[in-house]
Amino acid sequence: MSTFILLLITGLGLGALYFLVASGLSLIYGLMGVLNFAHGSFLTLSAFAGWEVGRRIGLDTLTGFLVAILVGAIVAALTEFLLIRPLYERHIEQVLVTVGLSLATVALFEGIWGPDPINIQRMPWLIETTTIAGAPVPNSVFIAIGAAVLVLIGLLVFLRKTRYGLIIRAGVENRSMVTALGIDVRRAFTLVFTIGGIAAGIGGVLASNYFGYVSPLMGGSLLIFAFIVTVIGGLGSLAGAAVASILVAVLQQFTNYYWGYGDLIVVLLLAVVLLVRPQGLLGRKAA
Amino acid sequence: MSSQATSKKRIAGGWLELAVAVAIVAFLALLPMLNLPGLGLLPGPTYTPGSLHLMAYIMLMVSLALSYHMIFGLAGMLSFGHALYFGIGVYGLGIVLQRTDIPLLPAALIVLVIGIFVTHILGAISLRVSGISFAMVTLAFAQAGNVFVRRNPGGYTGGDEGLALATSNVPDFFIGVVNTKYLYWLALAVVVVVFAVVAWIEYSRAGHGIAATRENEMRVRVLGGRPFVVKLIAFVIGGSLAIVTGMAFLLLQSGAAHTHTTAEFTLTLLVMVVLGGVGRRWGVVVGATVYTILDQRLVALASHDAIRELPAVLRIPLSEPLFILGTLFILIVMFLPGGLSALVDRFRKVPVEDEPIKEPV
Amino acid sequence: MNHVLTVSHLTGTIAGQQVVEDVSFEVPATGVTAVLGRNGVGKTSTIKAILGLINRSGEVTLEGRRIVHMHTHRIVQLGVGYVPEDREVFTGLTVAENISLAVRQRSPRLDFVRELFPEVVVERAQQRAGTLSGGQQQMVSLARALVNDNKLLLVDEPTKGLAPKIVDEVADVLREAAKTVPVVLVEQNLKVIDLLAERVVVIDAGRVVHTGPARELLDDPERIQQLLGVHGEAAA
Repeated sequence: MSTFILLLITGLGLGALYFLVASGLSLIYGLMGVLNFAHGSFLTLSAFAGWEVGRRIGLDTLTGFLVAILVGAIVAALTEFLLIRPLYERHIEQVLVTVGLSLATVALFEGIWGPDPINIQRMPWLIETTTIAGAPVPNSVFIAIGAAVLVLIGLLVFLRKTRYGLIIRAGVENRSMVTALGIDVRRAFTLVFTIGGIAAGIGGVLASNYFGYVSPLMGGSLLIFAFIVTVIGGLGSLAGAAVASILVAVLQQFTNYYWGYGDLIVVLLLAVVLLVRPQGLLGRKAA
Repeated sequence: MSSQATSKKRIAGGWLELAVAVAIVAFLALLPMLNLPGLGLLPGPTYTPGSLHLMAYIMLMVSLALSYHMIFGLAGMLSFGHALYFGIGVYGLGIVLQRTDIPLLPAALIVLVIGIFVTHILGAISLRVSGISFAMVTLAFAQAGNVFVRRNPGGYTGGDEGLALATSNVPDFFIGVVNTKYLYWLALAVVVVVFAVVAWIEYSRAGHGIAATRENEMRVRVLGGRPFVVKLIAFVIGGSLAIVTGMAFLLLQSGAAHTHTTAEFTLTLLVMVVLGGVGRRWGVVVGATVYTILDQRLVALASHDAIRELPAVLRIPLSEPLFILGTLFILIVMFLPGGLSALVDRFRKVPVEDEPIKEPV
Repeated sequence: MNHVLTVSHLTGTIAGQQVVEDVSFEVPATGVTAVLGRNGVGKTSTIKAILGLINRSGEVTLEGRRIVHMHTHRIVQLGVGYVPEDREVFTGLTVAENISLAVRQRSPRLDFVRELFPEVVVERAQQRAGTLSGGQQQMVSLARALVNDNKLLLVDEPTKGLAPKIVDEVADVLREAAKTVPVVLVEQNLKVIDLLAERVVVIDAGRVVHTGPARELLDDPERIQQLLGVHGEAAA
């Protein structure tokens, strides 16, 4: 029983990380039709930024955390402004540019920090466990889950209650009509990239605490599962991304424990979803 | 220009292409016998094993990029999972040779048949969706393949260590550094066959069907064509050519490494194709060659004294080949649509006929 | 004559295919100018080219100002209201959200649109636009344009697929709107044209083939047959 609980909760924690990556991906794709391959690099860079700050000024993680978020936001906004915007409406080229950026940045990170994972020092209470129904769960898992829930709520409130949220929701549905109402939709583009960068930044710090290391490849490996999550959830659907994150991560965690091939099961799930429902669980139309 | 004149010009272009190709192949076939200087692009004179190995490596990358060109350039499908099919060739043959007593040729045939079967199934599932979803699905399948290889189930794949080539059933002339020239000729044969298949398909009716489906799937459907079948054919042919290339690669490298099954490896193929010019057969050849040479020789550049003495801000980026290549790729996408082929076109003042990159349908 | 919009040698392309060949016409500062033509001759594409929604070249001026190089949102901000073909309301947004998204000025004319479309804009304000009927969606689409003060309205086939009674309502709204703002109206329904339009511009194969007073064309069934391929009466 306690194993079951442990797997379930750590699965939710992993799902939280997936969601932090997938939410940005899904928003960006939904509004702009761009699959952002550089999203993993935003996460990696934020993780390293958080670690560097923590290493230099002590483990006051809040400062490191804020710096990491800021780095994620700025890098994402710059990416949109410098690389994506000049290729306005040329979606394949936009994807290619993010591919190039991801290759170049991962190589750069390897040059700066070395190719191997670096074990990080964490605040002691993050490694300590809290026992739930007999299962000792590391506190970092709860932090990840809590942060993902907060991000989800924050995004929903932002999308429902603000004018920019309204523009984004409308743009996801029909981008050109938004411009035909006199709205500069490109500002919303920068905004979703920034939001995605913030979520990835949070994800970066949490992931390094969840796994206990930072590595130039951590963003890329999370990104692949986030891709799977967004397809299963339905491209452009935030709620879909949330549901699919949990589904994928928990399934993965259980099969990894009992059988060892959780990653394969996830791909199998993807294949099944595509055969039965090509638009994804909560996707509106066939993508 | 009338359509008749166009087709005449096309046929003339076909003969010209054939003549150029024959000349290049003849020259390449003679290289192991010649003593030409490496000019800094190769580690030594052309007949040395090191140079032959690098050239064979380049030819197999060209071959693989051409197989990817079938899927991305010709059929317009953005696949992020091409490394999987290459990996089936590399690991499939590696495993069969290690675990059975089947000689090389029948083993290769078995792997090809099984591989084509797998390509068929995965292609059919992936083609349930199109555009970006297709890209993600192919990526996911390839990732599953990579996970499989790294987990080393039953000790079959060797995990992160890689899989060494079991040589007992491989002909002697493919083994050992002194025999590199035979591997070189094998690689040359593979790239010639793959190029010929790709060119033949592009000139054939099937090729026109594939191109038409890329341009306007709806119209093909209205005219009674079946886009799904056409796309699947392109996908399976591209995958099969990758499998063949992978098998030769196993022999050349005397083993298999999991890095050739990763998503990053597929991305480098994409970079090669875009570098040369999407949809352009010769562009892909040039793109893959330039990319591979840069990738190999930039490593040598990094250990150069002039680079090592630079301050860290410059030294670190310059000693990462992928950083330079990735940046180059971004610049080409942004400022040189059509890649190196477009540069040649501009020089020859040939009007660009259509947009180099099309939205996948 | 004083023109609010001049279009000269406008061309437009969609996915590399030229859909507007060479269109020139002028829109006076008052009244309704109808754009006519058979299906697929490039009427909608002409409107989209004016707005920059498709790739275009040539010359377009709004009140003497060049707009052919501008982004769509800039053109609209200059004071152009647009009611697209097939309404294009945001189906996932409520009626109120659809309208509030369209507001471009500090004091929008909310009372005006509430008065025009009480049963949609007031009663169904919190309903999702996707759940409305075609006629109701058309009213949302019109309200989005009319909630601002415009220098020009571009209205694309507002009566397409609507019941005759709704067609009359839409025509009434457009007549009301046309009192204060010049309108370019793409329309197939000759009855609506008869009710509203003062001038007509006929397009065929991406080019303007006829311009003149609406009355003159409507009174000449042979010419209608020749230009539009329909009988004057049958089209209503």
